[in-house]
Amino acid sequence: MIYLDNSATTKPYKEVLDSFMKVSAEYFGNPSSLHEFGGKAERLLMQARDQISQLLNVKSNEVFFTSGGTESNNLAIKGTALMHRKRGTHIIITGLEHASVRETADQLKELGYRITVIEPDSMGIVHAEDIEKEITPETVLISVMHVNNEIGSIQPINEIGEMLKKHARVIFHVDNVQGIGKVPLDLYEAQVDLCTISAHKFHGLKGNGVLFIRDGLRLSPLLSGGNQEWKMRSGTENVAGIVAMAKALRLTMNNKDKHLSRLKSIKTYLMEEAGRIEGVTVHTPENNSAPHIVNFSIKGFKAEVFVHALEERGIFISTTSACSSKKSAASSTLMAMGIPEKDAKSAVRVSLSYDNTKEEAEVFIQAVKETVIRLREVMKS
Amino acid sequence: MINYDRILIRYGEISTKGRNRNMFVDKLRRSIYNVLNEFSGIKIESTRDRMYVVLNGADGREVTDRLRGIFGIQSFSPAVKVNKDIEEMKAAALALFLKHFEEGKTFKITAKRADKSFPLNTDDLNHEFGGHLLKNVPNLQVNVKKPDINLQIEVREEAAYLSCETIEGAGGLPAGSSGKAMLMLSGGIDSPVAGYLSMKRGLEIEAVHFHSPPFTSERAKQKVIDLTEKLANIAGSVVLHIVPFTEIQQLIHQQVPANYTMTTTRRLMLRITDEIRDKNDGLAIITGESLGQVASQTLESMFAINDVTTTPILRPLITMDKSDIIDISQTIDTHDISIRPFEDCCTVFVPSSPKTKPKRDKVRRFESFVDFEPLIAKSVEGTERLVIKPQSRNENSFGELF
Repeated sequence: MIYLDNSATTKPYKEVLDSFMKVSAEYFGNPSSLHEFGGKAERLLMQARDQISQLLNVKSNEVFFTSGGTESNNLAIKGTALMHRKRGTHIIITGLEHASVRETADQLKELGYRITVIEPDSMGIVHAEDIEKEITPETVLISVMHVNNEIGSIQPINEIGEMLKKHARVIFHVDNVQGIGKVPLDLYEAQVDLCTISAHKFHGLKGNGVLFIRDGLRLSPLLSGGNQEWKMRSGTENVAGIVAMAKALRLTMNNKDKHLSRLKSIKTYLMEEAGRIEGVTVHTPENNSAPHIVNFSIKGFKAEVFVHALEERGIFISTTSACSSKKSAASSTLMAMGIPEKDAKSAVRVSLSYDNTKEEAEVFIQAVKETVIRLREVMKS
Repeated sequence: MINYDRILIRYGEISTKGRNRNMFVDKLRRSIYNVLNEFSGIKIESTRDRMYVVLNGADGREVTDRLRGIFGIQSFSPAVKVNKDIEEMKAAALALFLKHFEEGKTFKITAKRADKSFPLNTDDLNHEFGGHLLKNVPNLQVNVKKPDINLQIEVREEAAYLSCETIEGAGGLPAGSSGKAMLMLSGGIDSPVAGYLSMKRGLEIEAVHFHSPPFTSERAKQKVIDLTEKLANIAGSVVLHIVPFTEIQQLIHQQVPANYTMTTTRRLMLRITDEIRDKNDGLAIITGESLGQVASQTLESMFAINDVTTTPILRPLITMDKSDIIDISQTIDTHDISIRPFEDCCTVFVPSSPKTKPKRDKVRRFESFVDFEPLIAKSVEGTERLVIKPQSRNENSFGELF
């Protein structure tokens, strides 16, 4: 099997599963329990928080555990909107965002908030000055993803942060689900107030994520109850998953130090080789794109036909983002970039992890070439 | 590209300490060594009034961050060492300056000539180097009062040093240069701050904590270990004495009238701490008391409690407001640990209405009916001694899980 759908989810590292099993079996206490057994679970939780905060270069009281990217994005956006509704009800997002940002914004729209969507340029990148034009005294939040999940374009988070220095009241949320461990981002330097990451995108487990909340910033919680996570997110902590996430992040960061250049060279190889195949248009921009995502269209085929054709050879890629790929709608990112609907509907995404090899990439390219020839013959006859 | 190869450290207060100076410098050198010892290749050179950390390729930013917390450093500057050759110095000064310069920034030169045999005096140096920069950097402006970049040139016996920024140090005196004292560490917000401030004045501290299982939990003990760890981050390592206190507390409870139990408890804690101090060659006891904060911290109370010893009791927080103490606890990172909600030995047995103005004679009389001595001896005997290392170096019980 050649797994090239790492932006949908990654394979949990074995060491991560070991931690999860051991914590689940031996330290199943509730961190809120008074007894020593609960105390152990609480120590694990604290140690995980310390480790994650160090890896993210932030303070440990800025790391809040959630159930994943969707919850973190919801908490960041709704939590800010509710907490600061008296100050303003205007929110800015971009046309590149993941559904958990887009749909959250739509929901707030129904509640009377005003939502502005900033469209990207043809390279899939939004510009700080386009955002700045839309800022009004009513604006409370700007949400921009770091790395786009469909084409891999990197957004100018540092520039937007710099621009926002002039608009200090606006809260800045960054969805870094795709960027973490792949594209560096210094949260303090970029003036980021809120940042989302999700464990299963870096070889952790589903059901765990983090929302970074800058020290001193207050949000309305979405989940009320036992006041866990400093009242920001009630619910008994998923200690085993959190410990596993801390380990996954450490291993991922280690792999980044060791294998980032290899990952980049595989991606460059894929972009170049795919671009040479007749009828293929590569959508991932050459510059300002992440080292692990390549998106391209194959003229004349519906993307899902192609995905299934490769699947027969044991190669797994995806159409658009996993969350929306079951619907046959065209990629929202590609549409926002101004790519014609027909091309957008034939776009596929290849997404890598540090575990993928050059050999796998070669097998993949060969398979694409053969599949294109075979399908064209089928279509002709 | 010119790179900083060393960090110049200024001592501040210790440079005024006459004959003890060598001892102070030596202690400072040792604390710097302790904090930086994981960077291989680093060398520390000291002269009469300066110390240099020679980086030998270590990460300057990381080293700078660590130096910020070391007591006894007034300020420090990343610096470049050059030969005392004017042309060579000029070239280096320009290269270093350009590293920091951006269009529109202003500058000044601060020259210092410790080597009086150097041909240029301070004014000449200012003039010569200022001129050199103005000639080579277009549109550069001088601003003597509020420069964006202050290029410092120090000409010393052995070489000249150039630097562009001065970073404020933690001040105070080097760790251990003022002797050893015992810190009564409860787990609250105040006592770690008292420990920190004492360390700042050069005291070596050993922490003493009273543990009363099952009335206080393992988590309360862990909390104190975590607090000590924060202090160890500054000092390199800190000894923590955990005193078994259950039996004494129970005896107090049975024998002393409720409104005086708190006073007696404090008196006995002080006596035990004093014995541990004696065994460990300390010369003082530090507490986190702040006048009037709670019942045990009225002047009357202190008078009645202090009665049991003539050892100096240092109370660094005595005149401070709670909010100021909280501010310090946040900067030294102990606040969030301190507010973890576990009972400690001071809160478990608190009577509903402790005497805010206990009388010394009364408490003496109540205690006279009980023989605490055997239990005190037993507590001191059973005291557990832990050596707490800085965070990253501690044995990690969940090691493989992370």
